[in-house]
Amino acid sequence: MDQEESVSVLEEKYSRRTFIKGVIATGATASSAGYLFRGSPLLGAATYQTATERLITLNVNGQERRVDVLPHETLAMTLRYKLGLTGTKLGCDRAECGACTVLIDGVSQYACSMLTHQVRGRSVGTIEGLEDADTGELSVVQRAVMEEGGFQCAFCAPGFIMAMTEMIEVNPNPTREEARLALSGNLCRCADYDKILTCAMRSAELARSV
Amino acid sequence: MAKIRDMIPAFELFQPMTVDDALELLDEHRGQAWVLAGGLDSFDWFKDRVKRPSAVVDLGGISELTGIRDVEDGIEIGAMTSLTEIERDERVRSAFSVLADAARHVATPQIRNQGTLGGNVSQDTRCWYYRSGWPCYRAGGNTCYAAAPQAMNREHCIMGRSRCVAVNPSDTAPALIAVDAKMVVEANGGPTVYDAEDFFIGPAIDITRMTVMKSQDLLTRIHIPARWADADFYYEKIRDRGSWDFQLVSVAAAFRKSEGKIEEARISVNGVAPFPVRLDAVERLVQGTSGDESTASAAGELAIQGARPLRHNDYKVAMMRNLVRRAVRSVS
Repeated sequence: MDQEESVSVLEEKYSRRTFIKGVIATGATASSAGYLFRGSPLLGAATYQTATERLITLNVNGQERRVDVLPHETLAMTLRYKLGLTGTKLGCDRAECGACTVLIDGVSQYACSMLTHQVRGRSVGTIEGLEDADTGELSVVQRAVMEEGGFQCAFCAPGFIMAMTEMIEVNPNPTREEARLALSGNLCRCADYDKILTCAMRSAELARSV
Repeated sequence: MAKIRDMIPAFELFQPMTVDDALELLDEHRGQAWVLAGGLDSFDWFKDRVKRPSAVVDLGGISELTGIRDVEDGIEIGAMTSLTEIERDERVRSAFSVLADAARHVATPQIRNQGTLGGNVSQDTRCWYYRSGWPCYRAGGNTCYAAAPQAMNREHCIMGRSRCVAVNPSDTAPALIAVDAKMVVEANGGPTVYDAEDFFIGPAIDITRMTVMKSQDLLTRIHIPARWADADFYYEKIRDRGSWDFQLVSVAAAFRKSEGKIEEARISVNGVAPFPVRLDAVERLVQGTSGDESTASAAGELAIQGARPLRHNDYKVAMMRNLVRRAVRSVS
Protein backbone atom coordinates (compact mmCIF):
# COMPACT_ATOMS: atom_id res chain seq x y z
CA MET A 1 0.00 0.00 0.00
CA ASP A 2 1.56 3.25 -1.00
CA GLN A 3 1.41 6.27 1.19
CA GLU A 4 -1.44 8.05 -0.54
CA GLU A 5 -3.67 5.04 -0.28
CA SER A 6 -2.97 4.55 3.40
CA VAL A 7 -3.93 8.14 4.10
CA SER A 8 -7.21 7.82 2.28
CA VAL A 9 -8.01 4.62 4.14
CA LEU A 10 -7.29 6.29 7.41
CA GLU A 11 -9.42 9.27 6.50
CA GLU A 12 -12.27 6.99 5.76
CA LYS A 13 -11.91 5.26 9.03
CA TYR A 14 -11.51 8.35 11.17
CA SER A 15 -12.87 11.47 9.59
CA ARG A 16 -10.08 13.95 10.26
CA ARG A 17 -12.47 16.58 11.50
CA THR A 18 -14.20 14.30 13.98
CA PHE A 19 -10.85 13.12 15.25
CA ILE A 20 -9.60 16.66 15.86
CA LYS A 21 -12.85 17.61 17.52
CA GLY A 22 -12.52 14.61 19.79
CA VAL A 23 -9.02 15.59 20.83
CA ILE A 24 -10.04 19.15 21.52
CA ALA A 25 -12.99 18.11 23.63
CA THR A 26 -10.87 15.72 25.71
CA GLY A 27 -8.18 18.32 26.14
CA ALA A 28 -10.67 20.93 27.21
CA THR A 29 -12.22 18.62 29.78
CA ALA A 30 -8.86 17.75 31.26
CA SER A 31 -7.62 21.32 31.36
CA SER A 32 -10.79 22.77 32.80
CA ALA A 33 -10.81 20.20 35.57
CA GLY A 34 -7.23 21.22 36.28
CA TYR A 35 -8.20 24.85 36.29
CA LEU A 36 -10.87 24.27 38.86
CA PHE A 37 -9.21 21.87 41.21
CA ARG A 38 -5.48 22.48 40.89
CA GLY A 39 -3.67 23.18 44.10
CA SER A 40 -6.59 23.91 46.31
CA PRO A 41 -7.13 21.22 48.90
CA LEU A 42 -10.09 23.11 50.33
CA LEU A 43 -12.11 22.65 47.19
CA GLY A 44 -12.50 18.90 47.39
CA ALA A 45 -14.19 18.75 50.75
CA ALA A 46 -16.69 21.03 52.36
CA THR A 47 -14.79 22.25 55.40
CA TYR A 48 -17.56 24.23 57.01
CA GLN A 49 -21.21 24.92 56.80
CA THR A 50 -21.91 27.67 54.33
CA ALA A 51 -24.78 30.06 54.46
CA THR A 52 -25.34 29.79 50.72
CA GLU A 53 -27.45 27.24 48.91
CA ARG A 54 -25.09 25.74 46.34
CA LEU A 55 -27.56 24.25 43.88
CA ILE A 56 -29.05 27.28 42.19
CA THR A 57 -30.98 28.19 39.08
CA LEU A 58 -29.33 30.68 36.77
CA ASN A 59 -31.05 32.44 33.93
CA VAL A 60 -28.50 32.30 31.12
CA ASN A 61 -29.41 33.45 27.63
CA GLY A 62 -33.10 33.09 28.43
CA GLN A 63 -32.76 29.52 29.69
CA GLU A 64 -33.11 28.34 33.28
CA ARG A 65 -29.98 26.36 34.12
CA ARG A 66 -29.61 24.32 37.31
CA VAL A 67 -26.03 24.42 38.45
CA ASP A 68 -23.96 23.60 41.52
CA VAL A 69 -22.01 26.74 42.40
CA LEU A 70 -19.38 27.18 45.10
CA PRO A 71 -19.75 30.32 47.23
CA HIS A 72 -16.42 31.67 45.99
CA GLU A 73 -16.88 30.87 42.32
CA THR A 74 -16.82 33.66 39.75
CA LEU A 75 -19.44 33.89 37.03
CA ALA A 76 -16.79 33.41 34.35
CA MET A 77 -15.83 30.09 35.98
CA THR A 78 -19.44 28.90 36.13
CA LEU A 79 -20.15 29.88 32.54
CA ARG A 80 -17.02 28.29 31.12
CA TYR A 81 -16.45 25.25 33.28
CA LYS A 82 -19.89 24.32 34.57
CA LEU A 83 -22.21 25.42 31.76
CA GLY A 84 -19.82 24.89 28.84
CA LEU A 85 -20.33 28.42 27.57
CA THR A 86 -16.72 29.01 26.57
CA GLY A 87 -17.54 31.98 24.37
CA THR A 88 -16.94 34.13 27.43
CA LYS A 89 -13.15 34.41 27.60
CA LEU A 90 -10.86 34.76 30.58
CA GLY A 91 -8.02 37.08 29.71
CA CYS A 92 -6.61 38.71 32.81
CA ASP A 93 -9.09 37.48 35.45
CA ARG A 94 -8.60 40.91 37.07
CA ALA A 95 -11.17 43.28 35.48
CA GLU A 96 -8.36 44.69 33.38
CA CYS A 97 -9.00 43.38 29.86
CA GLY A 98 -12.75 43.04 29.21
CA ALA A 99 -12.59 39.64 27.48
CA CYS A 100 -15.13 38.25 29.97
CA THR A 101 -17.73 41.00 29.41
CA VAL A 102 -21.28 39.66 29.77
CA LEU A 103 -24.63 41.40 30.10
CA ILE A 104 -26.30 41.25 33.52
CA ASP A 105 -29.90 42.39 33.06
CA GLY A 106 -28.70 43.96 29.82
CA VAL A 107 -25.85 45.88 31.48
CA SER A 108 -22.23 45.06 30.63
CA GLN A 109 -20.10 43.76 33.47
CA TYR A 110 -16.96 41.67 33.92
CA ALA A 111 -17.82 38.02 34.60
CA CYS A 112 -14.36 37.42 36.10
CA SER A 113 -15.00 39.90 38.87
CA MET A 114 -18.33 38.88 40.29
CA LEU A 115 -19.54 35.85 42.17
CA THR A 116 -22.08 33.66 40.44
CA HIS A 117 -24.16 33.90 43.60
CA GLN A 118 -24.38 37.66 43.08
CA VAL A 119 -26.39 37.19 39.87
CA ARG A 120 -28.99 34.73 41.16
CA GLY A 121 -32.38 35.84 39.93
CA ARG A 122 -30.95 38.13 37.28
CA SER A 123 -30.56 37.47 33.58
CA VAL A 124 -27.12 36.66 32.25
CA GLY A 125 -26.42 37.24 28.57
CA THR A 126 -23.37 35.76 26.88
CA ILE A 127 -22.11 35.75 23.30
CA GLU A 128 -23.82 32.37 22.75
CA GLY A 129 -27.20 33.96 23.32
CA LEU A 130 -26.91 36.74 20.76
CA GLU A 131 -28.07 34.79 17.72
CA ASP A 132 -31.75 34.09 17.29
CA ALA A 133 -32.44 30.86 19.17
CA ASP A 134 -34.93 29.59 16.56
CA THR A 135 -33.55 30.74 13.23
CA GLY A 136 -29.86 30.97 14.12
CA GLU A 137 -29.81 34.43 12.61
CA LEU A 138 -26.91 36.50 13.90
CA SER A 139 -27.44 39.71 15.86
CA VAL A 140 -26.76 43.04 14.20
CA VAL A 141 -23.46 43.37 16.05
CA GLN A 142 -22.31 39.94 14.94
CA ARG A 143 -23.30 40.75 11.35
CA ALA A 144 -21.44 44.05 11.50
CA VAL A 145 -18.31 42.30 12.78
CA MET A 146 -18.48 39.78 9.95
CA GLU A 147 -19.04 42.48 7.34
CA GLU A 148 -16.23 44.69 8.55
CA GLY A 149 -13.82 41.92 9.55
CA GLY A 150 -12.99 43.74 12.74
CA PHE A 151 -10.69 41.38 14.56
CA GLN A 152 -7.37 39.70 13.94
CA CYS A 153 -6.97 36.88 16.49
CA ALA A 154 -10.43 37.64 17.92
CA PHE A 155 -9.81 36.39 21.44
CA CYS A 156 -11.19 39.71 22.67
CA ALA A 157 -14.11 39.64 20.21
CA PRO A 158 -16.81 38.17 22.49
CA GLY A 159 -16.14 40.85 25.09
CA PHE A 160 -16.16 43.62 22.51
CA ILE A 161 -19.32 42.27 20.89
CA MET A 162 -21.13 42.20 24.26
CA ALA A 163 -19.99 45.78 24.96
CA MET A 164 -21.22 46.86 21.51
CA THR A 165 -24.53 45.10 22.11
CA GLU A 166 -25.04 47.24 25.19
CA MET A 167 -23.76 50.35 23.44
CA ILE A 168 -26.35 50.28 20.65
CA GLU A 169 -29.10 49.93 23.28
CA VAL A 170 -27.90 52.87 25.37
CA ASN A 171 -26.84 55.08 22.49
CA PRO A 172 -28.31 54.00 19.14
CA ASN A 173 -26.64 56.85 17.27
CA PRO A 174 -23.11 57.20 18.64
CA THR A 175 -20.32 59.32 17.26
CA ARG A 176 -17.02 57.53 16.77
CA GLU A 177 -15.73 59.27 19.90
CA GLU A 178 -18.73 58.08 21.92
CA ALA A 179 -18.18 54.55 20.62
CA ARG A 180 -14.54 54.79 21.76
CA LEU A 181 -15.69 55.68 25.26
CA ALA A 182 -18.36 52.97 25.26
CA LEU A 183 -15.75 50.37 24.31
CA SER A 184 -12.98 51.70 26.55
CA GLY A 185 -13.48 48.79 28.94
CA ASN A 186 -12.15 46.25 26.43
CA LEU A 187 -8.59 45.70 25.29
CA CYS A 188 -7.39 44.21 22.00
CA ARG A 189 -3.78 43.10 22.04
CA CYS A 190 -3.67 42.95 18.25
CA ALA A 191 -4.52 46.66 18.50
CA ASP A 192 -7.26 46.41 15.90
CA TYR A 193 -9.08 49.29 17.53
CA ASP A 194 -9.74 51.26 14.40
CA LYS A 195 -11.45 48.35 12.66
CA ILE A 196 -13.29 47.43 15.85
CA LEU A 197 -14.64 50.97 16.02
CA THR A 198 -15.78 50.67 12.43
CA CYS A 199 -17.65 47.50 13.45
CA ALA A 200 -19.25 49.39 16.32
CA MET A 201 -20.39 52.18 14.02
CA ARG A 202 -21.64 49.67 11.47
CA SER A 203 -23.59 47.73 14.11
CA ALA A 204 -25.30 50.91 15.25
CA GLU A 205 -26.14 51.63 11.64
CA LEU A 206 -27.56 48.13 11.12
CA ALA A 207 -29.55 48.38 14.35
CA ARG A 208 -31.11 51.66 13.23
CA SER A 209 -32.09 50.21 9.86
CA VAL A 210 -33.85 47.15 11.36
CA MET B 1 1.12 41.93 37.44
CA ALA B 2 -0.62 39.39 39.43
CA LYS B 3 -0.31 35.79 38.43
CA ILE B 4 -3.50 33.98 37.50
CA ARG B 5 -4.05 31.16 39.91
CA ASP B 6 -6.90 28.67 39.84
CA MET B 7 -9.69 30.02 42.00
CA ILE B 8 -10.45 32.34 44.84
CA PRO B 9 -9.80 30.49 48.12
CA ALA B 10 -12.94 29.30 49.86
CA PHE B 11 -14.91 31.58 52.15
CA GLU B 12 -18.31 31.57 53.70
CA LEU B 13 -20.68 33.81 51.73
CA PHE B 14 -23.49 35.75 53.39
CA GLN B 15 -26.08 37.65 51.39
CA PRO B 16 -28.20 39.64 53.85
CA MET B 17 -31.32 41.46 52.66
CA THR B 18 -31.32 44.26 55.22
CA VAL B 19 -28.77 46.62 56.75
CA ASP B 20 -29.59 45.30 60.22
CA ASP B 21 -28.79 41.74 59.17
CA ALA B 22 -25.56 42.90 57.56
CA LEU B 23 -24.53 44.75 60.72
CA GLU B 24 -25.32 41.72 62.81
CA LEU B 25 -23.18 39.53 60.56
CA LEU B 26 -20.30 42.00 60.74
CA ASP B 27 -20.57 42.07 64.48
CA GLU B 28 -20.74 38.30 64.73
CA HIS B 29 -17.67 37.84 62.52
CA ARG B 30 -15.87 40.83 63.96
CA GLY B 31 -12.51 41.31 62.27
CA GLN B 32 -12.96 38.23 60.08
CA ALA B 33 -15.71 39.45 57.78
CA TRP B 34 -15.13 41.24 54.49
CA VAL B 35 -17.72 43.63 53.13
CA LEU B 36 -18.36 43.03 49.43
CA ALA B 37 -19.86 45.85 47.35
CA GLY B 38 -19.01 45.93 43.61
CA GLY B 39 -16.11 43.54 44.22
CA LEU B 40 -13.57 45.27 42.00
CA ASP B 41 -11.19 45.90 44.89
CA SER B 42 -12.11 42.75 46.82
CA PHE B 43 -11.58 40.06 44.19
CA ASP B 44 -8.04 41.22 43.38
CA TRP B 45 -7.12 40.78 47.03
CA PHE B 46 -8.77 37.35 47.20
CA LYS B 47 -7.29 36.06 43.94
CA ASP B 48 -3.82 37.15 44.97
CA ARG B 49 -4.23 35.41 48.36
CA VAL B 50 -3.11 38.59 50.06
CA LYS B 51 -6.37 38.94 52.00
CA ARG B 52 -8.16 35.76 52.95
CA PRO B 53 -11.32 36.52 54.91
CA SER B 54 -13.24 33.56 56.26
CA ALA B 55 -16.59 35.28 55.77
CA VAL B 56 -17.75 37.61 53.02
CA VAL B 57 -20.85 39.75 53.44
CA ASP B 58 -22.30 40.64 50.03
CA LEU B 59 -24.36 43.85 50.19
CA GLY B 60 -25.83 43.36 46.69
CA GLY B 61 -29.18 42.11 47.94
CA ILE B 62 -29.92 45.05 50.25
CA SER B 63 -32.30 47.23 48.28
CA GLU B 64 -32.34 50.04 50.88
CA LEU B 65 -28.68 50.70 50.03
CA THR B 66 -29.28 51.60 46.39
CA GLY B 67 -30.75 54.61 44.69
CA ILE B 68 -30.63 58.38 44.76
CA ARG B 69 -33.31 60.14 46.79
CA ASP B 70 -34.36 63.73 47.27
CA VAL B 71 -34.24 64.58 50.95
CA GLU B 72 -35.19 67.73 52.82
CA ASP B 73 -31.71 69.17 52.55
CA GLY B 74 -30.21 68.04 49.26
CA ILE B 75 -29.93 64.49 48.00
CA GLU B 76 -29.00 61.18 49.51
CA ILE B 77 -27.14 58.49 47.61
CA GLY B 78 -27.26 54.87 48.78
CA ALA B 79 -23.77 53.46 49.23
CA MET B 80 -24.49 50.61 46.79
CA THR B 81 -25.65 52.93 44.00
CA SER B 82 -23.60 52.20 40.88
CA LEU B 83 -21.25 54.83 39.50
CA THR B 84 -23.10 54.64 36.17
CA GLU B 85 -26.34 55.59 37.89
CA ILE B 86 -24.65 58.57 39.55
CA GLU B 87 -23.05 59.62 36.28
CA ARG B 88 -26.44 59.55 34.51
CA ASP B 89 -28.71 60.89 37.26
CA GLU B 90 -30.34 64.17 36.28
CA ARG B 91 -30.27 65.67 39.79
CA VAL B 92 -26.60 64.90 40.26
CA ARG B 93 -25.72 66.14 36.79
CA SER B 94 -27.53 69.42 37.15
CA ALA B 95 -26.95 70.35 40.80
CA PHE B 96 -23.69 68.53 41.64
CA SER B 97 -22.04 68.08 38.27
CA VAL B 98 -18.62 67.73 39.91
CA LEU B 99 -19.71 64.37 41.34
CA ALA B 100 -21.17 63.18 38.02
CA ASP B 101 -17.89 64.20 36.34
CA ALA B 102 -15.85 62.33 38.91
CA ALA B 103 -18.01 59.19 38.57
CA ARG B 104 -17.64 59.36 34.79
CA HIS B 105 -13.85 59.36 35.14
CA VAL B 106 -13.74 56.08 37.07
CA ALA B 107 -12.12 53.23 35.11
CA THR B 108 -14.37 51.73 32.39
CA PRO B 109 -18.09 51.44 31.57
CA GLN B 110 -18.19 47.87 32.90
CA ILE B 111 -16.50 48.85 36.15
CA ARG B 112 -18.83 51.83 36.58
CA ASN B 113 -21.82 49.53 35.95
CA GLN B 114 -20.67 47.22 38.69
CA GLY B 115 -18.73 49.51 41.01
CA THR B 116 -20.54 51.48 43.68
CA LEU B 117 -20.05 54.90 45.25
CA GLY B 118 -19.54 53.31 48.66
CA GLY B 119 -16.97 50.92 47.24
CA ASN B 120 -15.19 53.65 45.35
CA VAL B 121 -14.59 55.70 48.48
CA SER B 122 -13.79 52.69 50.67
CA GLN B 123 -11.32 50.97 48.34
CA ASP B 124 -7.83 50.27 49.52
CA THR B 125 -4.71 51.90 48.13
CA ARG B 126 -3.16 50.63 44.92
CA CYS B 127 0.48 50.78 46.10
CA TRP B 128 1.83 47.75 44.27
CA TYR B 129 4.23 46.73 47.02
CA TYR B 130 1.36 46.58 49.48
CA ARG B 131 -1.03 44.92 47.04
CA SER B 132 1.50 42.31 46.05
CA GLY B 133 1.59 41.14 49.64
CA TRP B 134 4.92 42.65 50.70
CA PRO B 135 5.09 42.93 54.49
CA CYS B 136 5.14 46.73 54.58
CA TYR B 137 4.07 49.02 57.44
CA ARG B 138 0.50 49.09 56.17
CA ALA B 139 0.45 45.29 56.06
CA GLY B 140 1.75 45.05 59.61
CA GLY B 141 5.46 44.85 58.78
CA ASN B 142 8.23 47.28 59.63
CA THR B 143 9.39 48.94 56.44
CA CYS B 144 8.04 50.88 53.46
CA TYR B 145 9.27 49.36 50.21
CA ALA B 146 7.95 52.27 48.16
CA ALA B 147 10.17 54.79 49.93
CA ALA B 148 13.34 52.68 49.65
CA PRO B 149 16.14 54.21 47.53
CA GLN B 150 15.61 51.82 44.60
CA ALA B 151 11.81 51.83 44.83
CA MET B 152 9.46 52.45 41.91
CA ASN B 153 7.40 55.23 43.41
CA ARG B 154 6.28 57.33 40.47
CA GLU B 155 2.64 57.11 41.56
CA HIS B 156 3.13 57.55 45.29
CA CYS B 157 2.52 60.55 47.52
CA ILE B 158 4.21 63.93 47.83
CA MET B 159 2.65 64.94 51.14
CA GLY B 160 0.86 63.59 54.19
CA ARG B 161 3.20 60.63 54.56
CA SER B 162 3.68 58.86 57.84
CA ARG B 163 5.78 55.74 57.28
CA CYS B 164 3.40 54.84 54.39
CA VAL B 165 3.67 56.79 51.10
CA ALA B 166 0.69 55.28 49.26
CA VAL B 167 -2.10 57.42 47.80
CA ASN B 168 -5.86 57.21 47.97
CA PRO B 169 -7.10 55.97 44.55
CA SER B 170 -10.70 57.23 44.65
CA ASP B 171 -11.93 59.57 41.91
CA THR B 172 -15.16 60.44 43.69
CA ALA B 173 -13.49 61.25 47.03
CA PRO B 174 -12.28 64.78 46.14
CA ALA B 175 -15.65 65.55 44.52
CA LEU B 176 -17.48 64.51 47.70
CA ILE B 177 -15.19 66.77 49.74
CA ALA B 178 -15.84 69.65 47.32
CA VAL B 179 -19.62 69.38 47.81
CA ASP B 180 -19.22 68.92 51.58
CA ALA B 181 -20.84 65.47 51.54
CA LYS B 182 -21.75 63.72 54.79
CA MET B 183 -20.92 60.05 55.07
CA VAL B 184 -23.36 58.00 57.13
CA VAL B 185 -21.55 55.10 58.79
CA GLU B 186 -23.66 52.58 60.68
CA ALA B 187 -22.59 50.12 63.29
CA ASN B 188 -24.60 48.11 65.78
CA GLY B 189 -24.64 51.10 68.12
CA GLY B 190 -26.29 53.37 65.56
CA PRO B 191 -25.22 55.70 62.78
CA THR B 192 -22.38 58.23 62.90
CA VAL B 193 -22.17 61.01 60.34
CA TYR B 194 -18.72 62.12 59.15
CA ASP B 195 -17.78 65.07 56.96
CA ALA B 196 -16.25 63.65 53.79
CA GLU B 197 -12.82 65.10 54.58
CA ASP B 198 -12.81 63.40 57.99
CA PHE B 199 -14.03 60.09 56.57
CA PHE B 200 -10.67 59.53 54.84
CA ILE B 201 -7.77 59.06 57.21
CA GLY B 202 -4.02 59.01 56.77
CA PRO B 203 -1.45 56.56 58.10
CA ALA B 204 -0.67 58.90 61.00
CA ILE B 205 -4.13 58.08 62.39
CA ASP B 206 -4.24 54.39 61.48
CA ILE B 207 -1.85 52.93 58.96
CA THR B 208 -3.99 49.86 58.28
CA ARG B 209 -7.10 51.72 57.17
CA MET B 210 -7.97 54.25 54.46
CA THR B 211 -11.16 55.46 56.14
CA VAL B 212 -12.59 55.87 59.61
CA MET B 213 -14.48 52.61 59.19
CA LYS B 214 -13.53 49.64 61.32
CA SER B 215 -14.36 46.09 60.42
CA GLN B 216 -17.83 46.14 61.97
CA ASP B 217 -18.82 49.46 60.34
CA LEU B 218 -20.89 49.90 57.22
CA LEU B 219 -21.10 52.98 55.01
CA THR B 220 -24.80 53.07 54.20
CA ARG B 221 -25.47 56.39 52.50
CA ILE B 222 -23.93 59.62 51.42
CA HIS B 223 -25.82 62.83 52.01
CA ILE B 224 -25.07 65.80 49.79
CA PRO B 225 -26.43 68.98 51.38
CA ALA B 226 -28.23 71.50 49.19
CA ARG B 227 -25.83 74.22 50.31
CA TRP B 228 -23.43 73.62 47.42
CA ALA B 229 -26.03 72.80 44.76
CA ASP B 230 -25.51 74.59 41.43
CA ALA B 231 -22.20 76.09 42.53
CA ASP B 232 -19.44 76.69 39.97
CA PHE B 233 -17.60 73.38 39.85
CA TYR B 234 -14.29 72.25 38.43
CA TYR B 235 -13.09 68.68 38.05
CA GLU B 236 -10.00 67.40 36.35
CA LYS B 237 -8.21 64.08 36.52
CA ILE B 238 -4.82 63.40 34.99
CA ARG B 239 -3.87 59.81 34.25
CA ASP B 240 -1.39 57.98 32.06
CA ARG B 241 -4.02 56.50 29.74
CA GLY B 242 -7.10 58.20 28.35
CA SER B 243 -9.33 55.73 30.18
CA TRP B 244 -9.30 52.84 32.65
CA ASP B 245 -6.54 54.30 34.81
CA PHE B 246 -6.23 55.61 38.34
CA GLN B 247 -5.42 59.25 38.76
CA LEU B 248 -1.91 60.61 38.97
CA VAL B 249 -3.40 63.79 40.39
CA SER B 250 -7.02 64.95 40.36
CA VAL B 251 -8.70 68.11 41.57
CA ALA B 252 -12.31 68.88 42.48
CA ALA B 253 -13.48 72.35 43.42
CA ALA B 254 -16.68 74.23 44.20
CA PHE B 255 -16.99 78.01 44.17
CA ARG B 256 -19.78 80.32 45.33
CA LYS B 257 -19.62 83.66 43.59
CA SER B 258 -21.32 86.95 44.12
CA GLU B 259 -20.76 89.95 41.88
CA GLY B 260 -17.77 88.34 40.23
CA LYS B 261 -15.99 87.63 43.51
CA ILE B 262 -15.47 84.24 45.12
CA GLU B 263 -17.48 84.24 48.32
CA GLU B 264 -16.59 80.78 49.39
CA ALA B 265 -14.64 77.88 47.93
CA ARG B 266 -13.96 74.23 48.61
CA ILE B 267 -10.99 72.65 46.87
CA SER B 268 -9.73 69.10 47.18
CA VAL B 269 -6.90 67.23 45.50
CA ASN B 270 -6.37 63.48 45.34
CA GLY B 271 -3.41 61.37 44.29
CA VAL B 272 -0.91 63.43 46.27
CA ALA B 273 -1.32 62.01 49.78
CA PRO B 274 -2.55 58.84 51.46
CA PHE B 275 -5.90 60.62 51.77
CA PRO B 276 -7.70 63.18 49.59
CA VAL B 277 -6.40 66.56 50.70
CA ARG B 278 -8.69 69.49 51.40
CA LEU B 279 -6.88 72.75 50.71
CA ASP B 280 -8.29 75.01 53.45
CA ALA B 281 -5.52 77.58 53.15
CA VAL B 282 -6.03 77.92 49.40
CA GLU B 283 -9.78 78.28 49.94
CA ARG B 284 -9.17 81.21 52.30
CA LEU B 285 -6.66 82.75 49.91
CA VAL B 286 -9.06 82.85 46.99
CA GLN B 287 -11.95 84.22 49.04
CA GLY B 288 -12.91 87.71 47.95
CA THR B 289 -10.90 87.53 44.74
CA SER B 290 -12.16 87.13 41.20
CA GLY B 291 -10.02 84.04 40.52
CA ASP B 292 -7.69 86.14 38.36
CA GLU B 293 -4.34 84.94 37.10
CA SER B 294 -2.28 86.25 40.00
CA THR B 295 -4.65 84.69 42.55
CA ALA B 296 -4.56 81.43 40.63
CA SER B 297 -0.76 81.42 40.63
CA ALA B 298 -0.60 82.19 44.32
CA ALA B 299 -3.16 79.45 44.99
CA GLY B 300 -1.07 76.93 43.07
CA GLU B 301 2.08 77.87 44.97
CA LEU B 302 0.30 77.72 48.32
CA ALA B 303 -1.19 74.31 47.50
CA ILE B 304 2.25 72.68 47.14
CA GLN B 305 3.71 74.18 50.32
CA GLY B 306 5.45 71.42 52.21
CA ALA B 307 5.37 68.93 49.35
CA ARG B 308 8.19 66.38 49.61
CA PRO B 309 8.46 64.29 46.47
CA LEU B 310 10.00 60.83 46.41
CA ARG B 311 12.65 59.83 43.90
CA HIS B 312 10.38 59.38 40.88
CA ASN B 313 7.36 61.57 41.51
CA ASP B 314 8.50 65.19 41.64
CA TYR B 315 6.36 65.78 38.52
CA LYS B 316 3.35 65.50 40.83
CA VAL B 317 4.33 68.74 42.56
CA ALA B 318 4.09 70.71 39.32
CA MET B 319 0.95 68.79 38.35
CA MET B 320 -0.78 69.60 41.63
CA ARG B 321 0.23 73.27 41.42
CA ASN B 322 -1.08 73.57 37.87
CA LEU B 323 -4.34 71.75 38.57
CA VAL B 324 -5.12 74.02 41.53
CA ARG B 325 -4.22 77.01 39.38
CA ARG B 326 -6.57 75.86 36.63
CA ALA B 327 -9.38 75.22 39.10
CA VAL B 328 -9.14 78.75 40.51
CA ARG B 329 -8.74 80.28 37.07
CA SER B 330 -11.94 78.54 35.91
CA VAL B 331 -13.94 80.97 38.05
CA SER B 332 -12.98 84.14 36.24
